[in-house]
Formats: sequence, structure tokens, C-alpha cells
Amino acid sequence: MHRRTFLATTASGVAVAAFPAVLRAQGADTIKIGFPGPLTGPFGALAKDQQQGAIVAMEEINAKGGVLGKKLEILFRDDQLKPAVGAQRTKELIENEQCEFVVGGLAAHVQMAINEQTKKAKKLFISVSQSDEISAKPDLGPLTFHEALNPTITGRAVGSWVAENLGRKWWIIYADYAWGKQNHAVFGEVLKKHGGTLLGSTPYPLGSAEFSAHLPKIVAAKPEVLITVTPGADNIAFLKQAISFGLKKEMKIAQPLHWLPQLKEGGPDLYADIYASTNFFWELEDTIPEAKNYVGLYRKKFNTPAGDYGAYAYSAIHEVARGVTLAKTVNSDAVAAALIANPVYNHYKGKQWWRACDHKAFQDLWIVKGRERSKMKGEWDLVEIVKRIPGNQELDRTCAEKGFA
Amino acid sequence: MPELTLATLVAQVFTGLVLGMILVLLAIGLSLIFGLMTVVNFAHGSLYMLGAYLGFFLIGYTKSFWLALVVAPLLVGAFGFGIERFLVRRLYGRSIDDPLLLTFGLSLVMIEAARLIWGKIGLTLDPPRELAGAVDLGFTYFPLYRLFVIGVTVVVLLALYLFLEKTNVGLIIRAGSRDPLMVRALGFDLGRVWLLVFGIGAALAGLAGILAGPMRGVYAEMGVTIVIESFVVVVVGGMGSLVGAIVAGIVMGEVVSLTTLFAPKFAEIMVFIVMALVLLVRPSGLFGEAGLME
Repeated sequence: MHRRTFLATTASGVAVAAFPAVLRAQGADTIKIGFPGPLTGPFGALAKDQQQGAIVAMEEINAKGGVLGKKLEILFRDDQLKPAVGAQRTKELIENEQCEFVVGGLAAHVQMAINEQTKKAKKLFISVSQSDEISAKPDLGPLTFHEALNPTITGRAVGSWVAENLGRKWWIIYADYAWGKQNHAVFGEVLKKHGGTLLGSTPYPLGSAEFSAHLPKIVAAKPEVLITVTPGADNIAFLKQAISFGLKKEMKIAQPLHWLPQLKEGGPDLYADIYASTNFFWELEDTIPEAKNYVGLYRKKFNTPAGDYGAYAYSAIHEVARGVTLAKTVNSDAVAAALIANPVYNHYKGKQWWRACDHKAFQDLWIVKGRERSKMKGEWDLVEIVKRIPGNQELDRTCAEKGFA
Repeated sequence: MPELTLATLVAQVFTGLVLGMILVLLAIGLSLIFGLMTVVNFAHGSLYMLGAYLGFFLIGYTKSFWLALVVAPLLVGAFGFGIERFLVRRLYGRSIDDPLLLTFGLSLVMIEAARLIWGKIGLTLDPPRELAGAVDLGFTYFPLYRLFVIGVTVVVLLALYLFLEKTNVGLIIRAGSRDPLMVRALGFDLGRVWLLVFGIGAALAGLAGILAGPMRGVYAEMGVTIVIESFVVVVVGGMGSLVGAIVAGIVMGEVVSLTTLFAPKFAEIMVFIVMALVLLVRPSGLFGEAGLME
């Protein structure tokens, strides 16, 4: 053996011994995607739908041979709906588990913490829940993408529809954290633009189970419409108590979003005649071929129709795979560049596209209304589609408004 | 801010009363257990959660809310017997921290067990058909079920009062909380009394849980915040004082409700501010006796 070869071999041996992690990462025959989400707590049902949507995408991709000849592997972690835990789990996913990409985060404030970590580690992150800040300065990083709708878009869509069709005297109740406050601000602006009156608003702590003390004041104010920004499990608790205090008889109720797990849990007695928007409803399978594919795969695997937030996760996993395929590498910079260079995609409900300045996904959304029990054809037939709102960059803030020249 | 009418204010006071009643049921059990055994029972919130879950499944099985309302608290009470007999009993005579740590740990185990058995996602429970809907009280519509909660609490408190004041066992319990040594010297088996009292406290927590279920939903973490609020009630009322637990429970319900009316952001913190103020003026609480904690 030549001295030079000996040295080279020894050196690489030492390197391998010293950096087993590097070796594992490079030698791995899977591409790992970290997926933090609030599996426990008030968003548990939504997080489960997201987990299932991601699994459907992973199995669909792997069944077709994976990406660049490697299988996708998704590592789910519980962030307990806490920013600090979300940050810690993300750090572990990247550093200890060698995840190349991160998809996930199901709360405006927790995804910020996840985003901080992915920015630091220079890994691609696709957020799959609502936030206005994630796609604006200073939070947006060069590798941050936002697949979900945001409070500006859904607030403007629902707010305008409500002001034009249900009434212009409103009361807003909102969860007192990032997403709730963003919604409160957007609905307030929309109402002003339509010349309406905001009779009052009520902030409450996210994750509350008891709302009764807020209700007498709202009843006394006699609004035409009550806007309820009560995410996750809060939604059912609030509506239940509001209805028991007779609010549904006195006023119309509208909210930024309907979520399928909540609709199912609460049932038509709670949700009938309540208006909201959604990014997806499984009945779209009747009219959209991509929706039929997704809902079909989901039903086959989990025996229930696919939900709305799960569809974001499904789409985001597909986007990671599409980016890697286009870039022919798992390098986050190259994947991000490939997605922006080829911005148009369609995984589950028709055409979507990434806007270059803010990495925001634009997409169709729908105004829906809770169905009455008597009109339901099956137990999951929970909303009816009132109006389709085509994907439109003007529903969001402009690039300049978000701080991008 | 719309103008404040008398009707709104009265409705608000009523709402606060219901919040207070659930706190009273929990605080009474805590106070009873502390008064007799100087055990700070941190598992109380988990017993509340257990009552709600058992209620949910009993309603599913028997199709009767009324049967579940009786049986679920009894089962939680039996579970309480088990906790006292096999866990807490071993720690009598030690410092006050030991049973506190034990029951705190137990509450964590119970929450995690509930997640494993019943899932991480909460359940919803409907009030029975007879109690659905709202009644017109003249000044406002008020949910019938919430009036029922007030009624049940009053009945249970009366029964507890009669039990403690008018029966022999009640006499021994009261004497035992004043001077356990003397009661023992008179030849009574305090071990049995402790078992009974722990069971009663647990059953009351279970009752609070099944009563709260139709209002707030059923989930593994449902006892976490409310046990803290109940401790605040016990401390404000005076550790070990039953009258104190009732008065402070209602006061705290009203504090939350009225603060929500005027400044919703401060509703949570106000409870602690009131506690601090009460303790500044009366360090052992409204009805507490000095020296119990030493």
C-alpha cells in the first residue's frame, strides 16, 4: 500500500468515526421530513388530520418509487401547541434525526418558533397552517414557504361575503394570540371598508373551555352578525355555550374557517347555518379529479373523508417531493429555487402557485355553510358550498405591504 | 362598549354563580381532605376529569344521564378509596410535601393514562333532553342545564351539611379534624374515617366533572387549570374550612364573571390578585384558623 493511499484511507476512517451522523445522513436510503404538530391539546383533532394527510402523500409517493430513488420518511413530533417545545422538537428533528426538510406547525405562534429553527439550520420549511407573518418581513426566510391560506385572505373573503349578505353590525370574539389577533384586525378593516359598525370585540385566552361570562354582553349589544374566531376545540365549546344562551336565534354567526373534525364532533345541531370559508371540502371529489384522487386514497387508508388542514399537509409533502425531483438534490437552497422557478402545481383541488416575493401559495377557497340535519345525505355531509372564490393574489397583502420591494 | 343595563348585570351575576358552583364542589372536597388529613390532594383535577369520562361512557352504555350522574361519582369515590388505602395512607405522619408530591405525580399519570385509553382528542357530551334549551328568566335567556347545576350543587351541599352536623360519623369527622390524637384516645379507628373522607372528596370531584362535561367538553387536560383555581378558592376560603370553600368559590366565580364583563383580558389574573389581597389582610384566608399548616 502506498503511503498516500494509507493516509487517505486512515483519514477517511477517522472522519467516519468522528462524524457518524454525517455518514448516516449521506448513506441513508430515505429522505427524512420532520413534522412537528400539536398532537395533544385543543388542536389535536386537526393535527391528526394533518398527520394522516402527510402519511397519504408519503405512501402515494413511495408506492411510485419514491424520490430520486429514495423513499420518503416522515417523523412526527408533538409540539404541545407551545412555541418553546416546537422549537426544541424541530432542532432535534434536524440535528439528531437528520431531517432534510420540515413541514408542519399548526398554530400561528408555534410555526414562528419552528421557522426560527429552520432558518438557523438553513433547511426548507413549508408551513401548513394559517399566519400572516410567516410570509412577510421579518419572519419569511429564503427557505420558508407557506402552503396554507392566511387570516388576511380568509378574513377578506368571509368578511366581504358576510357584510354583503348577512349584515353590517358585528361583534367579534377572538382567541387572544397571533392568529386570533390577525383575524380581528382583518375583519375590522373589511367591515370599515363596507361601512359597517363594530359594536364590540371580546378577546379570550386560547384553549378556554368556559365562555358563558362573555355571552350576556354580546346578547345585550344585539349585533346582526357574531364573528367567532375560536380555533380548534374552542370552537365547539364556544358554539355550544353560545347556542345554549340562545345566541343563534338572535343573530347570524360566521367564522373565518370551518374545520371538518370540529364539524363532525359538533354535528349539525351546532353548525347548521354557520358560515365560514374552507380550503377544501371532500365533496369537491365530485367535480375535481385531483380531489377525487386525494379523498379516495385518504378514505382507503383511514376510512373517513379527508379533512381540510390535512389537505395542506398532503399538498406540502408533494411539494417537497416535486422540489427534490426538479432540483435532483435534497439541498434546501436548490429545492427552494426549483419551486420558485416552477411555481405552478396542482395536488388536490386545482391550480395553485407560489408567489416569488413572499413564497405564499395562492389557491381557490370556498365559502361554506353548515348543513341542517334534515338536508344531510350522510354523516360527513356537513357543509354546503355557497360560493367558490378563485385563487387571487389581491386577496392577500401586496409584496410591498409585506415589506418586499 | 354598549351601555350596561341591569339585565346584563344580573345575567352576568347568574353566569358567575354557575362558575362558582363547579369550583365549590371541587374546593369542598379539597378542603375536607386537607382539614382532616393535612393532605394537599393534587390529583383532584384528575378525579374531576375521571368523573367526566366515566360519565360519558356510562351515558353511552345506559342511555341515561341521570343514572350516570349518580354512578360516575360513586365510581370515582371508589377510586378515591383506592388512592387513600394504597398510596396516601403510607405517607401519613410525614411532612406535608410528601403526599403533595405523590398526588401531583398521580395526576400526571392519570392524564397520560386518559390520553392513552380515551385518545388525545376531547369528547363532547350533551345535556339530557329534559335539560336542553334555555328558559326566559325575564331579564335574559339562561340555559336550563346551568340552572340545574346550581340546583344539584345546593342539594349536595345541604346533604353534606346534614351528614357532618347530624350523624355520628359526621361528628367523628369533625372531631378528627380538630384533634385526631384525642379522637384516637377515645377508641375510634381514624383510618376508616380518613378512607371515607377521601372517598367523599373524590366523589365530589367526580360529580363536578360529570356536571361540567356538557358545558365544557370532556378531555384529558380538563382538570389542569381548574385544580389550580380550586386551590385558590381553598386558600382564599381558609385551608380546611368548608364554609370558606363555599363562600370563596362563589366569590371567585363572580370575580371571573364580572371581570370578564368589564375587562376580559384580566379575567384570569384577577383571581390571583384577589387571592393576594385576601392573604394580605387575612393570612389564613377568610374563614381559616391560624397554624394549620405548621
